[in-house]
Amino acid sequence: MRYSGFQVIKQVLTGHRGWIPAWRDPEPKAHYDIVIIGGGGHGLATAHYLAKVYGHRKVAVIEKGWIGGGNVGRNTTIIRSNYLLDGNEPFYEFSLKLWEGLEQDLNYNAMVSQRGILNLIHSDAQRDAYTRRGNAMILNGADAELLDAEQVRKECPFLNFDDARFPIKGGLAQRRGGTVRHDAVAWGYARSADGYGVDIIQNCEVSGFRIEDGKCLGVETSKGFIGAGKVGCAVAGNSGRVMGMAGMKLPIESHVLQAFVSEGLKPVLPGVITFGAGHFYVSQSDKGGLVFGGDLDGYNTYAQRGNLPVVEDVCEGGMALMPMIGRARLLRMWGGVMDMSMDGSPIIDRTPVDGLYFNGGWCYGGFKATPASGYCFAHLLAQDEPHPTATAYRLDRFRTGRMIDEKGVGNQPNLH
Amino acid sequence: MIIPHPLLGPRDSSEFVYLGDASLIDRPDWQAENAAEAFYDYAYLRGNPAGEHHELWYHEGGDRSWLVVTRNTVTHEISKVELARDVARAQGRSK
Amino acid sequence: MTQANRLSGGLVDRNSTLSFRFDNRNYTAHPGDTLASALLANDVRLIGRSFKYHRPRGVLTAGSEEPNGIVELRTGNRQEPNTRATTAEVYEGLDARSQNRWPSLKFDALAINDRFSNFLTAGFYYKTFMWPAAFWEKLYEPIIRKAAGLGSLSMEDDPDEYDKGFRHCDLLIIGAGPAGLMAALTAGRAGSEVILADEDFALGGRLNSESFSLGDDSASDWAAATVAELSALPNVRLMPRTTVIGAFDHGIYGAVERTGDHVAALPAGKPRQILWRIYTKRALLCAGATERPIAFENNDRPGIMLASAMRTYANRFATTAAQRVAIFTNNDDGHRTAIDLRAKGVKIAAVIDVRDDAPINYDFEVLKGAQVVDTKGRLGLTFVEVALADGSRRVLECGALGVSGGWNPNVHLTCHHRGRPVWNDDLAAFVPGGDLPPGMTVAGAANGTLSTHGALLSGAEGAAKALGLKCALPDVPEAEDAAINQTPFWYVKGCARAWLDQQNDVTVKDVKLSHQEGFRSVEHLKRYTTLGMATDQGKTSNMGGLAIMAEMAGKSIPETGTTIFRPPYTPVPIATFGGRMKGQDFHPTRLTPSHYWAKERGAVFIEVGNWLRAQWFPLPGETHWRESVDREVRQTRASVGVCDCTTLGKIDVQGTDAAAFLNKVYCNGFAKLAVGKTRYGLMLREDGIAMDDGTAARLAEDHFVVTTTTANAVNVYRHMEFVRQCLFPDMDVQLISTTEAWAQYAVAGPNSRKLLQKIVDPEFDISNDAFPFMGCGNITVCGGLRARLFRISFSGELAFEIAVPSRYGDALMRRLMRDGEEFDVVPYGTEALGVMRIEKGHAAGNELNGTTTALNLGMGRMVSKKKDSIGSTLSEREGLNEPDALMMVGIKPVNADDKVTAGAHLMDASGPVDAQHDQGYVTSAAFSPSLDCHIGLAFLKNGGARQGERMRLVSPLTEENVEVEIVSAHFVDPEGERLRA
Repeated sequence: MRYSGFQVIKQVLTGHRGWIPAWRDPEPKAHYDIVIIGGGGHGLATAHYLAKVYGHRKVAVIEKGWIGGGNVGRNTTIIRSNYLLDGNEPFYEFSLKLWEGLEQDLNYNAMVSQRGILNLIHSDAQRDAYTRRGNAMILNGADAELLDAEQVRKECPFLNFDDARFPIKGGLAQRRGGTVRHDAVAWGYARSADGYGVDIIQNCEVSGFRIEDGKCLGVETSKGFIGAGKVGCAVAGNSGRVMGMAGMKLPIESHVLQAFVSEGLKPVLPGVITFGAGHFYVSQSDKGGLVFGGDLDGYNTYAQRGNLPVVEDVCEGGMALMPMIGRARLLRMWGGVMDMSMDGSPIIDRTPVDGLYFNGGWCYGGFKATPASGYCFAHLLAQDEPHPTATAYRLDRFRTGRMIDEKGVGNQPNLH
Repeated sequence: MIIPHPLLGPRDSSEFVYLGDASLIDRPDWQAENAAEAFYDYAYLRGNPAGEHHELWYHEGGDRSWLVVTRNTVTHEISKVELARDVARAQGRSK
Repeated sequence: MTQANRLSGGLVDRNSTLSFRFDNRNYTAHPGDTLASALLANDVRLIGRSFKYHRPRGVLTAGSEEPNGIVELRTGNRQEPNTRATTAEVYEGLDARSQNRWPSLKFDALAINDRFSNFLTAGFYYKTFMWPAAFWEKLYEPIIRKAAGLGSLSMEDDPDEYDKGFRHCDLLIIGAGPAGLMAALTAGRAGSEVILADEDFALGGRLNSESFSLGDDSASDWAAATVAELSALPNVRLMPRTTVIGAFDHGIYGAVERTGDHVAALPAGKPRQILWRIYTKRALLCAGATERPIAFENNDRPGIMLASAMRTYANRFATTAAQRVAIFTNNDDGHRTAIDLRAKGVKIAAVIDVRDDAPINYDFEVLKGAQVVDTKGRLGLTFVEVALADGSRRVLECGALGVSGGWNPNVHLTCHHRGRPVWNDDLAAFVPGGDLPPGMTVAGAANGTLSTHGALLSGAEGAAKALGLKCALPDVPEAEDAAINQTPFWYVKGCARAWLDQQNDVTVKDVKLSHQEGFRSVEHLKRYTTLGMATDQGKTSNMGGLAIMAEMAGKSIPETGTTIFRPPYTPVPIATFGGRMKGQDFHPTRLTPSHYWAKERGAVFIEVGNWLRAQWFPLPGETHWRESVDREVRQTRASVGVCDCTTLGKIDVQGTDAAAFLNKVYCNGFAKLAVGKTRYGLMLREDGIAMDDGTAARLAEDHFVVTTTTANAVNVYRHMEFVRQCLFPDMDVQLISTTEAWAQYAVAGPNSRKLLQKIVDPEFDISNDAFPFMGCGNITVCGGLRARLFRISFSGELAFEIAVPSRYGDALMRRLMRDGEEFDVVPYGTEALGVMRIEKGHAAGNELNGTTTALNLGMGRMVSKKKDSIGSTLSEREGLNEPDALMMVGIKPVNADDKVTAGAHLMDASGPVDAQHDQGYVTSAAFSPSLDCHIGLAFLKNGGARQGERMRLVSPLTEENVEVEIVSAHFVDPEGERLRA
């Protein structure tokens, strides 16, 4: 069924009786060409591009719970391509371009909203670093704009300019950055992949891999063995757990990142704003809630919940940056498990096990990467070589010393 | 969280700084034949268990001791806290 | 205006009258009223509009679970959107306004949405607004955004203060209803340290809402007497107006105390709210239960409310929503409301009970086996239409309808560690599951014990059990002990526009559509329909939605699942979490000992981490910072300058293994450094990347003083402690940070020695022979003041750093300035410091950016291969040693007038300008007064071999594109002759 304004009108006139499930609920087949573990944004996007771009229809996505229940359903919905390093920027710019055509590609309105992202500058060294970054963005074909303090004040007069501990000295803006209705991304990809014949199998938990002579033959699941020509793993915070079943230790730790949403408010924020002198970033959803977050709690965890010190730290940042939000109420807090890699950048690569592929290490940047991650993982699965924009995301880069460390903090995941 | 410091008793976790897996104590021998591989493994690969985890916390807002905390990464329950120095010695580290 | 709907009795203080405003009209109330009770007393049922369809809304509840009765409270910079009228206490002069309506509450233009509700079903927006693509941001989204949202912020800074505090107890009791009060009595009498917190301003919970008695007292009198006894116990702390918002790890609870929301104006300095972290040994959740509504056609009109809320308004607040009311119930509790209201003189139109065996009451009509099938009244309820047991219809006139669908235990906090509640068939409700947060137990209605007697008893027993008390329990007063009889009845069959989530306008039809389209898990249902996502977080709506989804799917409710609850229990102002950490107090400010001297000199300060450092010292007549900085550089290089470098990290390293230890933490060797000598040290991370640099001065065989950069002082110290304790635990070495103990000044320039000789005590020879470049030592100055002197130079000049105990820093600076007058001494700030270090080619923070190696920094050969040091092994990886690795170089513009911009990228002189052809980037740039042109330091691919090459320096971001020449990074005195002078 094609979605459109006319379809909505047609359904209204027929009492909404014609709407059909957005995706089927099939039982797993005995064998697929490609099985993707993880029905989150990345896994579902991989299925969509495998089917649509690379022509693979015998594909299954298996998900231990309900699709879209992991980080794609719990994030701060920001998209951007304001990266510094050569290994990253082309990939994220590719992703942003895919976002820009997403609705038409999926026939699903995920509300990609390019209202801009503004990274604030509070010191000269930060300006130098953002200048380098902005130039790298432009040289890679992305957009970037350096604002001085007056320009920032004009665009965001509500920021604390008069009594700031760390005065705002400018900002790096990416006008094409913005937000997306996060749940709709998972649903849109699922519906599209399903339309191409991909089986989306929910409530199907992987309990192990069947590996013989160094080759992966499929996965053992709570719904029985599912054979596969190739298996791709895209399970974010559970990467360590799942790949552990294949006997692999990863350059990844699992950490919790908390995020927050306020009660609904009439529009106050133009786009995404990130504080450069504290741990705080914020945007406002179409429904009116302020969606904000900050730093990791900092300790290894799989608990999907955080603690008060970080809640306070984030809100302190918010109050320091924009004291006008003080009387807005924080409505809900949640924690997502992040697959924090050792250099803060992701991995999309083959593994030492033949037929087993890995996509992970997204840290807390996975949402914006969803389209390109799916595309590049599909490319790798289909063609057995990395997509041109993802060549740096190798599993062995730590062994060879080719880290992609945007923050420059080294092999300590909780600092990325 | 509250970390029961072996010398100072229960202390709020905000007095501490977290580093990571206590395997970081296990620094390889630089002259070993496979030193390059061993250091790669040491610096980058993590067990990342969902369950009991031995991890390093530093009492920065306190007595500056490094601790090895045994904590469950699913429930956050802390079952054991030791001075990292004692753990290191027990593992045969010296000078 | 008279309070037309004010009833007799109640717990409001009739001796006093307060005036307040709602939507610019004046009303009166009494102390003890909430805004909701006061509005009802004044016959105001219409309070707001719903989110999507802008349907008229009144109050649904009498507590914090309220979805509908939300307003903008207060004015100006204290305007507070989305405030629940049901919990806001009335104070003299309270000013509230309805929200999410235009132009007025009664005539809301966007109520047109209701007419189009058939188009605006769950998820409609995912299916449309896609064409043309560009219209989303330009047209559709701005309209949606403007229409969405609820209340508005003032856009002004919140002027109020907020505090944070810590409390400890043996037992935290959450909720002061019958169970909580009995628990507190039990634990309090036994001598335990108890905190009893309740979100309400009146302790007692439902006891204040009911007409029955406890023993010989009325329920509310018993509550008051118990509270009085508890407040006399020194080991019991009562915290009314305090919401326990979350259960965190290891028995830590977050709680918000509203200390100032019930008064017109706060005394100066008093906080509006306090965020408490309560450290508990045990916690007893006595949070009660929330009544659940029934969904039926048009069940959202103002005047339709929960039956228990109606009872609260009558018994506690002495008010009613209307003089003629009906009740719609599936259980006996609804009948209580009719009985209580009738006792207060309110006419009961009828009690409509879905059960065929409903109890009879001779004072009012009970319609057995009947259901409400529709309602009337545009801005408030006027009629309800009832389908009788025999199938006939009857219309009842009434201004309010109390609805009771049974009770849901408040399991919220039991789920904060992601435990799931379990289904109890007898109650037809979820009750706390087995995996509660450690240390938490549950008593009373929150645990499914819904009778008053049961709640009292379970509170006493719960406290005793939690604390392991062996003593006798307090006597439990006699109280109602009605059997629980809850048969689920979620919605009236055949209804379509029957509201579940009244704020977000989620109806039964939406749940059905969600099921039809495959969004069948609870998580999908919530997200697709927005059920339970409003400011009340679905406290009254989630269960109904879940039950209907279960019915659609042909599954039981527990099979369908439950959404788990997350903190906070009720929304908390962001400012409350922020506390006092805002404005200038966001982070502590660190000042050096000579800060006030610098301030006197008119210094311009800059934040460096938490430090404030003098950036430059403008003189009268200087209009541009460059004038000041250029002068400071020239004067230093010509004669002598003094710079405060106290902020550099200083670490004392002592012990017989001190040198061996430094050999581990620095990549270069320190074992052979002679006493009285200083050496530059480069510290790597274990991954082989440069971490920090500084100097280590050997003051004695077993004593080094190490400096770090300002930014890394804390990290380096932590790292060194890690190396000491975790890697080499038997080394005889001790570390202590002395950053704050010593004030340190760089004295630089050809006359620096002469200046220092004026203050260094004569027995210390600091001539070039006695105290050569890189020398160090303990000395005394100014006649016996102990000091440390290091002959090190960041500027490239003959230079020293002199350290004195912090309390003498200010005096030393003043002395240096006074004694330096004859040399025309100049104080210089961080800017001149930066210029001189760039001129000299010294790497600093911009170059040690966390991705650069010793090789990149031109110090590859410093990494000793003869010893083990942190990072040495991994620094040898191939990726860090590529033939075209970045190398630090100097750059100069070919045209001396051109500017060099830090952050600009280097490209070949000809060829494309894009990322594929990127050759490197400028890390630091400055105008060099010594060379009279801009210069920069850059990382350039294979930079070591490219001196003399001309390249293009491009910064499309700042629209710059200049021709530059690659030169040595040592712009000034490349041979280092000045250093050694």
